[in-house]
Amino acid sequence: MTPRNRFRWRVMRVLALCRWLRGGTVRALRLGAAAASSAPPSQVRQRLGPCRAVPCRAVPCHAIRGGNGLSSPVCALLQDSVTVEVLDHLERLALVDFRDAEGVERLREAVRFAERLREVNTEGIEPLDSVLEDRCLYLREDDVTEGNCTAELLKNAREKVEEYFVAPPGNIPLPELEERDTFLKGS
Amino acid sequence: MPPVCWKFIKLHENLAPWVPVVGLEIHAQITSNSKLFSGSQVQFAAPPNSLVSFFDASLPGTLPVLNRRCVEAAVMTGLALNCTINKKSLFDRKHYFYADLPAGYQITQQRVPIAVNGSLSYSLCIDNKMSQMVTKTVRIKQIQLEQDSGKSLHDDARSQTLVDLNRAGVGLMEVVMEPDMCCGEEAAAAVRELQLILQTLGSSQAIMAEGQLRVDANVSVHHPGEPYGVRTEVKNINSIRFLTKAVDYEIQRQIKELENGGTVVNETRAFDSKLGCTVPMRDKEGKQDYRFMPEPNLPPLILYDAKSLPANVNHQQVVNIDWIHERLPDLPSVKRAKLVELYGILPEHSFTLVNEDGLMEFFEDVVKRTQMKPKKVIGWILSDLLSHLKQHSLTANESPISSFLLADLLNLLENGDISSSAAKQVFEELWKGEGKTPLEIVKEKQLELIQDQEELEQICQAVIDEREKEVMAIKEGNKKVINKLIGLVRKATRGRANPLLVKQILEKKLSE
Repeated sequence: MTPRNRFRWRVMRVLALCRWLRGGTVRALRLGAAAASSAPPSQVRQRLGPCRAVPCRAVPCHAIRGGNGLSSPVCALLQDSVTVEVLDHLERLALVDFRDAEGVERLREAVRFAERLREVNTEGIEPLDSVLEDRCLYLREDDVTEGNCTAELLKNAREKVEEYFVAPPGNIPLPELEERDTFLKGS
Repeated sequence: MPPVCWKFIKLHENLAPWVPVVGLEIHAQITSNSKLFSGSQVQFAAPPNSLVSFFDASLPGTLPVLNRRCVEAAVMTGLALNCTINKKSLFDRKHYFYADLPAGYQITQQRVPIAVNGSLSYSLCIDNKMSQMVTKTVRIKQIQLEQDSGKSLHDDARSQTLVDLNRAGVGLMEVVMEPDMCCGEEAAAAVRELQLILQTLGSSQAIMAEGQLRVDANVSVHHPGEPYGVRTEVKNINSIRFLTKAVDYEIQRQIKELENGGTVVNETRAFDSKLGCTVPMRDKEGKQDYRFMPEPNLPPLILYDAKSLPANVNHQQVVNIDWIHERLPDLPSVKRAKLVELYGILPEHSFTLVNEDGLMEFFEDVVKRTQMKPKKVIGWILSDLLSHLKQHSLTANESPISSFLLADLLNLLENGDISSSAAKQVFEELWKGEGKTPLEIVKEKQLELIQDQEELEQICQAVIDEREKEVMAIKEGNKKVINKLIGLVRKATRGRANPLLVKQILEKKLSE
């Protein structure tokens, strides 16, 4: 490969990485393997703070904020939309922990970033919700090829009873805002 | 506006009538060897967590791979329910937390499901008599493919839940019905018809007792002309009988609540089969926000028909809607129509034949082997055989009287060798299942019809001589009393006399 092509290839890779990071917001907030850890949901809340996959880290914030890029009514809407109620709702739904003002600001930046999409006229255009839309969905034959690995699956379980996973009785909902030890109470 | 249910109009004649509205959400487990997105086996009652793959346990790094058989099952069901099959359907994630949902989300089809806008026709009898049947239709909003969750066993004593993921990831078809029904009976009839259709197609065995068919009912009431009332969702309904009870109870409860000035809360209630009532379910955190999002790991599902099928394609990777349509078996409604046409029986009879497991095949077997007309055979099947089966909770396949034996018995009756009352006696004997043939039983119990005319005349004469009072009444013109004499002759001959012949002889003697 010539040096020029190598450079081009590297640029394409970086651009693709940025695109992936931008598309990966919700994946970053997803909780993994609650059954394997068997810990009560309230202890598995993720910190939103220094999480690597948050989009704004990949693209410098000053590049997107761009002072005159947004009209002021939209700006005001943004400030209003990310309220304490919304944050509480998000913490309850996704079990994330905004932890401090920096976390909340990251969310505001992310919303601001996504809001810019509204400036594009998308009338009559079908939304793209997956870059896989041109791919063929592979269909598997109906054969039994997996399973029978009970011991391996239970290896990670903190508690087990006769080959069952053990979980708390029912969901433990997040306590109300007043009773929680959260930074949101102050705002 | 849905049709006003006659049942509830009648009950509340003096007050403004209430219009109950019932909609159903039915989850049917797809009959397949492996799960919807993984290769672990689908089997009822296996050792806990033995049929679980890494994907089902939601371990990181695993991805879903769609099972072709599940797609075909959903397409078959959609076609049988007159739906429009979406050639492009999408998968979504529905997020909520529960111990038996290890990923924290369920892969379903919320935005663009595989089939939409269908209809299901079902029949039910008015007035609890099998004499009048009406056909009703309920609209099918959509059919979607989705994953099942695992099973939770609640151990209240130790304050913990045991989780078995064998069921997690099994393919389900969710059939969403529009709220076109108005009482428990209609809901039950619709579900029964859907069950029969699924079993005929083979896409699901739909056994409610094994959890292969789960029904949730959405119930609300309102006055005619006013907007729909607040609805409640009723869960934990484990059989069709309980469905009727649960829906009717909930309708009554809501009517009572509203008539007492209260309000109906939009909540989820569980049906308690022991108490026969619905109770609010605990552990429900208000209206859930499922944060639907497209499933990023699955491209759209594309289905083809004969026109759009690309050339040079790997057939294993393609689901052809027209190919499936050609191979659909006869649906229950078609089977019923054929029975009525072929055998000349009433529609109500064909309904029962198709409704009861194995009864249609039994009936057709008997008709093949006997000279008796199908219209007479059906009487024996539906009143004698079926009532005995029901009493002992047996299906037609488990009947102690096989179709051969019944055909033999009916032949004896048809040939005039025994009377119908004798035949009933033989039937009871056969039911004991001692291995005797009808002929053997007839000989043993001496149930053959008395063929000797003289013997009959002697017995008739004896009865006439005994019963002077009745004879006087008949001679005076009260013809109906002769039936009493016929009965006495029958008793004297232990059912071995042909009643028509006896009547002839008696009338002849009495007119002398």
